Amino acid sequence: MNLHAIRAIYLFEMARTWRTLLQSIVSPVISTALYFVVFGSAIGSRIAEVDGVSYGAFIVPGLVMLSLLTQSVSNASFGIYFPKFTGTIYELLSAPISFYEIVIAYVGAAASKSIILGLIILATAGLFVPLHIEHPVWMTVFLVLTAVTFSLLGFIIGIWADGFEKLQVVPLLVITPLTFLGGSFYSIHMLPPAWQTVTLFNPVVYLVSGFRWSFYGQADVSVATSLVMAMVFLVVCMLVVRWMFATGYKLKN
Amino acid sequence: MPMQAMISIENLSKTYNSGYQALTNVDLQIQKGEIFALLGANGAGKTTLISIVCGIVRPTSGRVFVDGHDIVRDYRRARSLIGLVPQELTTDAFETVLATVTFSRGLFGKPKNPALIEKILRDLSLWDKRNNKIMTLSGGMKRRVLIAKALSHEPSVLFLDEPTAGVDVELRRDMWNMVRTLRETGVTVILTTHYIEEAEEMADRVGVISKGELILVQEKSELMHKLGKKELLLHLERPLAAIPPVLADFALRVENEGLDLIYSFDRENERTGIATLLRTLTDEGVRFRDLETRQSSLEDIFISLVKDAR
Repeated sequence: MNLHAIRAIYLFEMARTWRTLLQSIVSPVISTALYFVVFGSAIGSRIAEVDGVSYGAFIVPGLVMLSLLTQSVSNASFGIYFPKFTGTIYELLSAPISFYEIVIAYVGAAASKSIILGLIILATAGLFVPLHIEHPVWMTVFLVLTAVTFSLLGFIIGIWADGFEKLQVVPLLVITPLTFLGGSFYSIHMLPPAWQTVTLFNPVVYLVSGFRWSFYGQADVSVATSLVMAMVFLVVCMLVVRWMFATGYKLKN
Repeated sequence: MPMQAMISIENLSKTYNSGYQALTNVDLQIQKGEIFALLGANGAGKTTLISIVCGIVRPTSGRVFVDGHDIVRDYRRARSLIGLVPQELTTDAFETVLATVTFSRGLFGKPKNPALIEKILRDLSLWDKRNNKIMTLSGGMKRRVLIAKALSHEPSVLFLDEPTAGVDVELRRDMWNMVRTLRETGVTVILTTHYIEEAEEMADRVGVISKGELILVQEKSELMHKLGKKELLLHLERPLAAIPPVLADFALRVENEGLDLIYSFDRENERTGIATLLRTLTDEGVRFRDLETRQSSLEDIFISLVKDAR
């Protein structure tokens, strides 16, 4: 394994985060803080408790998940798309590094950034609402699993995209709606029965539900189902990446 | 026992997804320590050939070995031997010179070696700019950065894809010197170029590629010797309206409104015919005030080869 190469790419990508601190960290933290002000304090004070949890506290896992998903996708997609855009991808493709090592480095860096961001948002949330984490180990598992899975998805989007517009399409038109409709701000039990069934086709529901369970011990769907669905999504993303590299899709042809 | 080629290309073909056939059955051996120039017009297949050897483009068929390592099966060893300076100035605009060169060394699996990186940057006159962002550098300096990146992992083979396209005379001279120095250390250099003088100046062997086919590979000196025609140019005292019939057997043409008479001859022939020509001209009363000889350049040879291949 070319550990020097993995390290070089990982550090290169992380350095980009520190260089663009305002865009990478400060901006998502401010927008999440605004969610807390609007939904947690202003509107949340008029909403009754959800499953015995105050509304402000209830939305914390959902908001962390919202940032985690969008940032994982955008970090990873931009990370691999930018060398394609500038042409510096030639160096990556001509280096003695396997595709798996490329994925580990890029996805690892994107996931690391998202996890750091998720933890910062969690800490920020602690300033607005009292935080309680019932299963910290499982919280970490869901955090890491989600960050890695959606970073893989972002990586796929970055390879697929041949313009900045395409790079934005999936996060804006797919990820954000799925996250908002995935129970970030409500329990799916609050929906009419028909919509509850429809919602179950949304993979984000399982991630938010599992993540929320690790905080409050309550979930919309069973934790085992959440875990299995997260794993399934991870495996699907891995298979797509493997196919892309096996065929040289948009990279070597 | 013959020496193992540093680069061995066997029956290589490439057809892109669009259906465009960029290479057709290319066979080529390049020896260790050799400077090989690949000449060809735009779209001839030079960059595709380099890109396949470097692992950037997948071949449709055929095999390539670098120092005996298959570029597909044993890609790690093969690629670790290669440094590539691409044609385009593709750089990480927001990175510093030092960071991007250090990154390249790591990418090629080598541990950090600040002393070596410093030497490379000093050799390429980049040390003073090491903390500058690449986007602040001139085009020539960016080209040097690309070379530094390619040399950062101490390659045994260096590919220079149109290395002096758009660079000033000073950098071109520096680059030629650098290539010669690299060769002295045993590095094999393969360069593609439009500038025939570059091949003429540096290469040991020349390959000519046209429409994806390698139409000729030869020692540069042999090529020029074999194909190089010589011309005798006679500056006449008075313009010549037409070539006298008595000179019909000579390969003559008239230029410069009849004031220049040009005789093409094969210098390999024992009898060049010059003496007979001059005698006949004197007999015919055609007087000249000066004469000179000139030899075909590699460029003339290249143009005629590509024309023949069409």
